[in-house]
Amino acid sequence: MLQSWVIVLASFVYLGILFAIAWHGDRRADAGRSLIANPVVYALSLGVYCTTWTFYGSVGRAAANGVGFLPIYLGPTLLFALAGFLLVKIIRIAKANRITSIADFVASRYGKSQMLGGLVTVIAVVGVIPYIALQLKAVSNSFTILLHYPEIIMPAKTGAVPLFQDSALYVALILGAFTILFGTRHLDATERHEGMVAAIAFESVVKLAAFLAVGIFVVWGIHGGVADVFAKAAASDSARRLASADFSGNWGSWGSLVFLAFFAALLLPRQFQIAVVENVNEDHLRRAIWMFPLYLFLINIFVLPVALAGLMHFPTGVDADTFVLTLPMAHQQEALALLVFIGGLSAATGMVIVETIALSTMVCNDLVMPVLLRWKALGLAERADLSGLLLEIRRWAIALVLVLGYLYFRVAGEAYALVAIGLISFAAVAQFAPAVIGGLFWTGGTRIGALAGLSAGFAVWLYTLLLPSFAKSGWLPEGFMTHGIFGIDLLRPQQLFGLTGLDEITHCLLWSLLANIGAYIGVSLLRAPDAREARQASFFVGGDAAGLPGWRGQAGVQQLLPLTARFLGQEKAQEAFARHARQRGLAGIDALPGDADLVHFAETLLAGAIGSASARVMVASVVEEEPLGLNEVMNILDEASQVRAYSRELEAKSRELEQATAELRAANARLTELDRMKDDFISTVTHELRTPLTSIRAFSEMLLDDPKADLAERKRFLGIIVGETERLTRLINQILDLAKLESGRAEWTVAAVDVVEVIREAVDSLTALYAEKKVVLELDLPVEDLFVLADRDRLMQVLINLLSNAVKFAPTVGGCVKVGAGGTAAVVRVSIDDNGPGIVAADREMIFEKFRQVTGDAGVLTAKPQGTGLGLPISRQIVEYFGGRLWVESEPGQGARFVFTLPRREGDNAQK
Amino acid sequence: MMRSRLSVQRLAALFLLGCVLFNYPLLAIFGRGGQLFGMPALYVWLMGSWLVLIALMAWVLERRKD
Repeated sequence: MLQSWVIVLASFVYLGILFAIAWHGDRRADAGRSLIANPVVYALSLGVYCTTWTFYGSVGRAAANGVGFLPIYLGPTLLFALAGFLLVKIIRIAKANRITSIADFVASRYGKSQMLGGLVTVIAVVGVIPYIALQLKAVSNSFTILLHYPEIIMPAKTGAVPLFQDSALYVALILGAFTILFGTRHLDATERHEGMVAAIAFESVVKLAAFLAVGIFVVWGIHGGVADVFAKAAASDSARRLASADFSGNWGSWGSLVFLAFFAALLLPRQFQIAVVENVNEDHLRRAIWMFPLYLFLINIFVLPVALAGLMHFPTGVDADTFVLTLPMAHQQEALALLVFIGGLSAATGMVIVETIALSTMVCNDLVMPVLLRWKALGLAERADLSGLLLEIRRWAIALVLVLGYLYFRVAGEAYALVAIGLISFAAVAQFAPAVIGGLFWTGGTRIGALAGLSAGFAVWLYTLLLPSFAKSGWLPEGFMTHGIFGIDLLRPQQLFGLTGLDEITHCLLWSLLANIGAYIGVSLLRAPDAREARQASFFVGGDAAGLPGWRGQAGVQQLLPLTARFLGQEKAQEAFARHARQRGLAGIDALPGDADLVHFAETLLAGAIGSASARVMVASVVEEEPLGLNEVMNILDEASQVRAYSRELEAKSRELEQATAELRAANARLTELDRMKDDFISTVTHELRTPLTSIRAFSEMLLDDPKADLAERKRFLGIIVGETERLTRLINQILDLAKLESGRAEWTVAAVDVVEVIREAVDSLTALYAEKKVVLELDLPVEDLFVLADRDRLMQVLINLLSNAVKFAPTVGGCVKVGAGGTAAVVRVSIDDNGPGIVAADREMIFEKFRQVTGDAGVLTAKPQGTGLGLPISRQIVEYFGGRLWVESEPGQGARFVFTLPRREGDNAQK
Repeated sequence: MMRSRLSVQRLAALFLLGCVLFNYPLLAIFGRGGQLFGMPALYVWLMGSWLVLIALMAWVLERRKD
């Protein structure tokens, strides 16, 4: 029932489905609803890494040396652990520079060298050809084997089959035609192929499903589980070696395979295409970092059991590379066998499509077009639309790659197992590693260094790996292998300089990378990078191109104006450009020449909006004629504005911090001052208290010691004691009063008070004192009432204080105190004049401090008190509490005038 | 992506761990033969440590921000 038409029909139906998916994917992309803007699709499309090598070859490899198939998948797992900064860095650079291939990447890094781009392209094409051949071999073999169902017959040696009966040729033709139809339908400026990626992701699902189906069938359909497979294998002659024995390979070659696969998963043209160029959003990488290794794990989970089952079932006569297909066939599972064939087809088509599209882009952009554009006779440089020609070149490039792949298959395909063919390609692309990785982290690498390194590595690879593969198939003389070129034994290709004991891959890797890295570093260090290289190096290594030599390129208004307008807005940009044109004496914007001056102007204009580094990158994109996409623009803008927001926040925070520090410092100073004042106050108070106490004690002792003192003496002493006691009481009362006032705990009874009336009352209460001292008291009071809002008793306290002060300092003869009151609309003013000695200017404020007094005669401060030294401070506290002021006006010898004002109670005139 | 520098460093540490797990000399220890769960010890070790490494990578990237 598995007739050839069924197989062919199934194949074409499958290819048709791929087409439909790709078409749908492209349509969705055009509609702006991308099918592949999804991390899972991205991770699955990375599965293009698994080709027929994985699908058929892994089992073959496992049958030969057990776990030896695994390094190829452990390497990429390790790579993706580093993807967080390695791949992200490459993706960012590629997007910002509109890089479309690995050749473009290397060329761009070393100063946009066309020569370098061409060399990378040649290495990639030549290096990948064995890999293409591998796919052709696998598909044509599986087709041929399936065709003979139910018999299991290995395909004949290819060399024995006439060209036109070789199924591999037809596979190559069909794959070529399909890829051309598929990949070059239209030209996309970004070289992104959304439809293709969707189809590749689908293929990844198909091949994984097919392989898991075979694995499940073999493990649980034929045998009784994984442990059972191993147990039976341990008991069988043909498989025992694998099931129980140790790993037969050597660890050196194991390590070199891990290393190779690590770089292959990054540097193979198709991996670069899918992982970097087709990456929609770098956030997708977050999930792909673990999903892609998981995919690799799943597709390998049944490899060893299938290999063991195959070895048990076919001890001889069947190529282990075909076990995946031949085991279901041997158990008459037609549908499963067909599914496996389709799975293998999907693995092959996925690889061939992406690889050849990537290679054709490189061949076209980096090899053919530079030559054609220089070929003046063709006049291509003047043609406006080259897209048709570009597509044509790409189609031919795809055909060429497949033809070369087929030729390699005819020439060398039989000498190797699938995996061995693939490894030749891996070793070739590993030559890109020094230039790419060095270029990302070392600014010193130069164009000639990269050229030298790549050439040397490629040459060694050709000599030690590719040419021997021809020799082994008999296309080169046997002597080449055994005696070296020109019969020089030291130059035997796989025992170079007499180095033996390594497998051919490790041998090639060792010598080629030694030559490659040595030449890259050595030649790079011959001279310093030129300005162009330095600029690119700084952009690739550090991510920006600021601070480097000025613009050499040119760009016209038509590029710079839209660029500026994107950030500044259309109107503003137009206006600025028009102003610039006027300044240069030109008619208008369109007359501006596209010179360095204009570029500089645009950069400066942009720098104001997005920062100088970003502006430089932005302008660089048009100056280098690489218009940036909206995404990159938005990213740069986003970052710039974020940075600005952060720095604004930071500024504000540091301002707040400074302010808080200043406040704290002031508060601290105030606290220290208060502390000092408290200490002063306490020491003063104790001193003040001691004076009357000493006096009381002295007189009491005198009374005690001298019982015979006469009555008059006793009376005098007792009088003094009573006086001092009164003074002590007054002092303590006043201290308590002041403490209350200062702490704000004093009780106030605020009401409308007539100042004139309070003055009269105070004067009345002091009449006796004035009479006793023989001081004249003159009143100069207005007839109308002066109302203020105050506590009557406190106001009285102030007045009595000031009046008793005045009488204290008035001269004993001819003393005169005048009390005046008046007011404006806003304040009431009360003054008390004496004709005493007056106060020197320096002391006028001092007297309002606690315990400071002036003596009656000298007019200088003294600690020898006549009063308590607290009256004035208390009075000032009270006046200020009511919103007024208390001060003294005086000249020495001219008497003193104490004045206080209080705010007048509003509307009291109206009330009256 | 990779907003957290810490995630990148954790992944780099996992890379180093992987380099140790998947190479000589650890592999040589398991490669001397012997069985685990009825399978060659080396095979069990490789597949097991591989899966653990992938799980750790997923854990670093997928767990909720703390």
